[in-house]
Amino acid sequence: MPVVVAMRGVRSRRSSAALLLLGALALGAWSLVGKARLVRADFVMANGGEVTSLDPARVTGVPEGRVLYALFEGLVVKHPQTLEPLPGMARSWEISEDGRRYTFHLRPEARWSNGDPLFASDVEWSWRRLLHPDTAAEYAYQLWGVVAARAFSHHPRDRGLFLEQGLWVEARADTLRLGLQPPSPELLDGGPPLVLRCTPGESFERGDVLIQVGERELSAPFSGRCRAHNLPPPTGEGPVDPYAADWLLEWEASSDELEQARAQGRLLEGSELEQALWDRVGIRALDEHTLVVDLVHPTPYFLQLTGYYPLFPVHRRSLEEARRRNPKTWRRQWLAPENLVTNGPFALYERRINDRLRLRKNPYYWDADRVAMDTIDILAADNYGTLLNLYLTGEVDWIDRAPPNLVPRLLEREDFRPTPYLGVYFYRVNVTRPPLDDRRVRTALALSIDREAICEKIVKKGEQPNWGLVPHGMPGYRRAEMKHAPRKGGSPRVAFEADCERARALLAEAGFGPGGKELGEIELLYNTSEAHRDIAEVVADGWRRHLGVDARLVNQEWKVYLDTQVQLDYDVSRSSWIADYADPNNFLSVFVGSGENNRTGWSDPAYDEWIERAAREADPARRAELLRAAEEILVRELPILPIYTYVSTNLVKPRLGGFHENVQDDHLPKFLYWMDDEELERSRQARAAGSQVSPGGPDSGLYPPAAARGAER
Amino acid sequence: MRPSWDFGLGPGRLEALWNESAEVRGESPGQLAWKHVKASRAMRACLLLLALVGLTSLFAPLLPLPSPMALALETEPRPPRLFGSGQAWSAADYWELNPLDEKLLALRAKLFGEWQTPAWMGTDAKGRDMLARIVWGSRTSILVALAATLCSLLVGVSYGATAGYFGGRVDNWMMRVVDVLYSIPFIFLVIFLISVLNEYRSELSRLGVGPMTVFYVVIGLVYWLTMARVVRGQVLALRESEFIQAARAQGASFARILGVHLIPNTLSVVIVYLTLTVPSVMLFEAFLSFLGLGVAPPKVSWGLLAAESIEAINPIHTFWWLVVWPAAAMGSTLLALNVLGDGLRDALDPRHGKSNR
Amino acid sequence: MRRFLLRRTLWFALTLWAVITVSFFLMRSVRGGPFSSERSLHPAVEANLEARYHLDWPLWKQYLHYLGPLNLDEQGATWLGGSGEDLWGGVLTGELGPSFKYRDFTVNEIIAQSLPISLALGSVALLWAVLVGGSTGILSSLRPGGRLDLGLRLFATAGVALPNFVIAGALILLFGFQLELLPVAGWGSFSHLVLPGIALGAPFAAYISRLTRTGMLEALAQDHVRTARAKGLPEHLVLSRHTLRGALLPVVSYLGPAAAGILTGSLVIERIFAIPGTGSHFVNSALNRDYTLSMGVTILYTTLVYGLNFLVDLTYTLLDPRIRLEEA
Repeated sequence: MPVVVAMRGVRSRRSSAALLLLGALALGAWSLVGKARLVRADFVMANGGEVTSLDPARVTGVPEGRVLYALFEGLVVKHPQTLEPLPGMARSWEISEDGRRYTFHLRPEARWSNGDPLFASDVEWSWRRLLHPDTAAEYAYQLWGVVAARAFSHHPRDRGLFLEQGLWVEARADTLRLGLQPPSPELLDGGPPLVLRCTPGESFERGDVLIQVGERELSAPFSGRCRAHNLPPPTGEGPVDPYAADWLLEWEASSDELEQARAQGRLLEGSELEQALWDRVGIRALDEHTLVVDLVHPTPYFLQLTGYYPLFPVHRRSLEEARRRNPKTWRRQWLAPENLVTNGPFALYERRINDRLRLRKNPYYWDADRVAMDTIDILAADNYGTLLNLYLTGEVDWIDRAPPNLVPRLLEREDFRPTPYLGVYFYRVNVTRPPLDDRRVRTALALSIDREAICEKIVKKGEQPNWGLVPHGMPGYRRAEMKHAPRKGGSPRVAFEADCERARALLAEAGFGPGGKELGEIELLYNTSEAHRDIAEVVADGWRRHLGVDARLVNQEWKVYLDTQVQLDYDVSRSSWIADYADPNNFLSVFVGSGENNRTGWSDPAYDEWIERAAREADPARRAELLRAAEEILVRELPILPIYTYVSTNLVKPRLGGFHENVQDDHLPKFLYWMDDEELERSRQARAAGSQVSPGGPDSGLYPPAAARGAER
Repeated sequence: MRPSWDFGLGPGRLEALWNESAEVRGESPGQLAWKHVKASRAMRACLLLLALVGLTSLFAPLLPLPSPMALALETEPRPPRLFGSGQAWSAADYWELNPLDEKLLALRAKLFGEWQTPAWMGTDAKGRDMLARIVWGSRTSILVALAATLCSLLVGVSYGATAGYFGGRVDNWMMRVVDVLYSIPFIFLVIFLISVLNEYRSELSRLGVGPMTVFYVVIGLVYWLTMARVVRGQVLALRESEFIQAARAQGASFARILGVHLIPNTLSVVIVYLTLTVPSVMLFEAFLSFLGLGVAPPKVSWGLLAAESIEAINPIHTFWWLVVWPAAAMGSTLLALNVLGDGLRDALDPRHGKSNR
Repeated sequence: MRRFLLRRTLWFALTLWAVITVSFFLMRSVRGGPFSSERSLHPAVEANLEARYHLDWPLWKQYLHYLGPLNLDEQGATWLGGSGEDLWGGVLTGELGPSFKYRDFTVNEIIAQSLPISLALGSVALLWAVLVGGSTGILSSLRPGGRLDLGLRLFATAGVALPNFVIAGALILLFGFQLELLPVAGWGSFSHLVLPGIALGAPFAAYISRLTRTGMLEALAQDHVRTARAKGLPEHLVLSRHTLRGALLPVVSYLGPAAAGILTGSLVIERIFAIPGTGSHFVNSALNRDYTLSMGVTILYTTLVYGLNFLVDLTYTLLDPRIRLEEA
């Protein structure tokens, strides 16, 4: 039966009710906004996006890094200009003769933001947490240079484990699985790749030789049947990629044997197992203030790494307390502003998602006397125009991006000084797809990219054309470049024409072009962004004009683009790489055959060998030469088409002191202060004279002359 | 009486019905509309403008404009110039054209030779003529809008009218389906579809289906929802009215009631919504361009131009020609559509003529 | 009436379930995952991450876990192999799960923080749209074809004739920089709401204006209005009593879904004005493959759309006695 609603009496009031409702909404808006009001912070910076997390072990991005550098501090701190390691939580350190043992002496006065003292055991615990599989840290591998650290990262959780020669065995009812998934590095140390002598389904007797690692031979721990999953072919003899994740060898063992192993104490479970594994890892707190780290290879950049945010210590007590209080939400709870305990120059005061983080000076910080800012706001806004507007109205003191169209105008300003930094823009080539499997075709494509036009007319901030993988300005390294016409002296136009000429000759040599085969259409993949699109247009235009090659632009949103790259479902794809630490290895190791970031289908044993040898080399000069030898191969084979070296894009209030351009575009809030008029005038004069302003201040020359508490703007 | 779903009236039948209704009213809606357009100066102007936009976009390759795609890199966009020798152009400045456009381009070479206009509306950051980009951009925008609108018209009106006519259980079910579709944020669907299409891009292009075609379909598939709701609401209100009751009492079939009595009576609202749909489709295209998910070069659209113009609106240096011209083109077209739509509504409303004149 | 409400609630539950199911499987079938990044993860690290977020489970189990009310993870019921610490979870218990991208927050927390902001901005925009759109619509309907009509329509059409980011840009330049009256972006005071409110409301104001005008003209042509006029009723009474109500029908039916859109925020406006509302999550969560967050905002949107449509249907019957709330 239909229900008829009749409310005639109310009708006249209805429209006024609607108005009232809207009025109430507006009033609600008003009251809400009122609560959101905050006094402007001493220093406001824009971060280009909401941070993923404040947990140093759980983030990987630049915006996250900026926040963490303010909240936490590692064993060392980067010099704001040269990026040399300066004492941070560690007062001093020693490095052993062979470069494989680091001994850090922590500051006795180091404190957490709640007043707790900071001990070496805190650092050990934090690094263990970073490596632990439960943490699932993306950057766990930053510590894999430490002895046995990698094996610890991989250990199976909550399962039984049999320890022998760094192998583990998973115990499940009456089955034992021997996992080599993948084996720890020390197992492979000093030998050629693993050789497996195991045919799936074949039975064998206890003690049969099963695995040969270099000179050593490991025997089967038990008799039984061998089952293999996803073993890479050939499954019999031959080298096997030890880093491939999805292969597994299994033994079937009787429960008797399992019992026997347990009785012998060879079978460990749960926390016992974890501790046993950790005991083998080369990270040890010797006493309250001494930390010793043993590395697999001499790693010249390890000191830099200890100042990198994944290795920042976290406050153990507050984490464990949060876990005890709420086993379900503790992973987030300890990071809430009211709970988070940090050891850096600032502490978290307020956090509004997608809006801002408000930080306050940490009074317990060991160097608090020389921290100038009392409050810092870190905004999440990311739109170019919005940030520029906020900067120009004085709402923000530092923004890190500018609309490309305006760059020529901005360059006229004193507050816009782009400087090179360690990042490269390049294209990956899928070398598995013809005709790109031909080195000559790749070289032709690389030669006919008009790098000067891209640098001067598109990105415009003074980027330098690049002819190799490693960026300009890498300290202590001489870059290898692909063969090209010299630019110096003559006009770049003429040189480019010569390069195009050679490119056409190479194509003809490969049998393409007029009178030869049809090269076909090349798909140029880029991820959604106006900047990438503009560069792709110029590259495609060059190929069309100078080589007669048709390039079709394909725009994909970020996640699809990544997937396409990983699946090698592209021809040519826009890419870039930014340094985590200032070392050429950071770039070159990407393209080793087994690297998960390779994504070109290219591999060269000789290349891998140079990289491997460089990793073992202790002498920095010889190491650089080995790396250069690898890069020579890369620029000859060209699985990548180099384009340019990045520059930073900071717009900074001229009055801001302690802000130095550097090759990693790192700017630690600890060093920032506001100059007084006199100093501003001096710095302006110095800049006009063309010199970088030398950082004034006490001993190390890092601190502002007037960096006393509450320096006025 | 169980209404029949059968539209199969036979080829001549529907037309006869239509004629019959036209006789009853004296004038067909088309005639009425035309009369109205002729009478109003504003509407004549709008129609003229739309025709102009349509023609220029259709015959864009024929016009002596610089290439909208070939690069002539500059560090900055350049302001409009009235005079100056347009540089010579060649067929190499154009690519990814369909065969018809290639013919038009050849014809242009015969008509105008190498001459082309100077940058009357300035150039963009990559040295491309803004006027050319606006004219070529209109092609994409108009195509997307028309395809999507047609889609929404066909699906929306029939769906909405059917739901409204039957009312009750049928209406309820049909509208709940619309509700479910309504409740999924549109952007999900778009992102999902774009990613799926990306995966099968080579297969699709072998079938001759470009990414743009898919765009039309996706957008059209969403805009019918509003249309259905609106038509349903109208029909629901109308079906209680006397003349429908009378028609039903006389034993008129479902198709007849729908086609002769209900749909014509919803026409005014439908037209208003159509003239709203075209603009919103164009704006949606602009939104996608804002997100970077719009057309890829060498294609250009108004939405893309608008999205690129945001950067030009800034307090440091305003490249006004990057904003004003695309905005003017888009604004005037959409404005004309709106005015025309309103006018048509006035003309087509069967009840309107009686009371106001 | 009660049965109507009951039915509607049932329908709502059904719709919500359909939307959740469709979006869940749609999201999971899109390429790319929440953890794919420029630096590929080491396979072992990736496995650890997936295990942590249960992405290594079969899809049906993930779906059931997400839907609830049973918690299927290691803390779930003992008869499911868990520890029994935490039996319940999932959407049915009101838990939308942890966000994949913003790892320090649950989806509930993110929505709780951002929704009020969007609601505040949305109500300002809605208020502006209704007031401006309604009044211009009524005014221009009084003398169709007149100069006032034409002028108002031109004004109103500006909102639908230009993308709102262009309008926003122009507003910022004018009020933020030339006149220096209002803040250019940010969040924190009522003045921060004005420009985004206007930009957000502009297209809606235009639609409302047109719909009001159309509806008014239609209503003015009705017989009962003529009768009222013939009776000699003053014009304002004719308008307010006899025409406005009918004229508002299409406006109301439009306002339902429009309000859902406007109250959940707009990515464009929020980005240009740096406003931390929910609007940006709709697009960004989908782009980031933040499965839980995007499901969360979908559920939010569905609820709002459904609730507002329900209000519309209710209002319909109040405004037009010819329409009844019928049972299905």
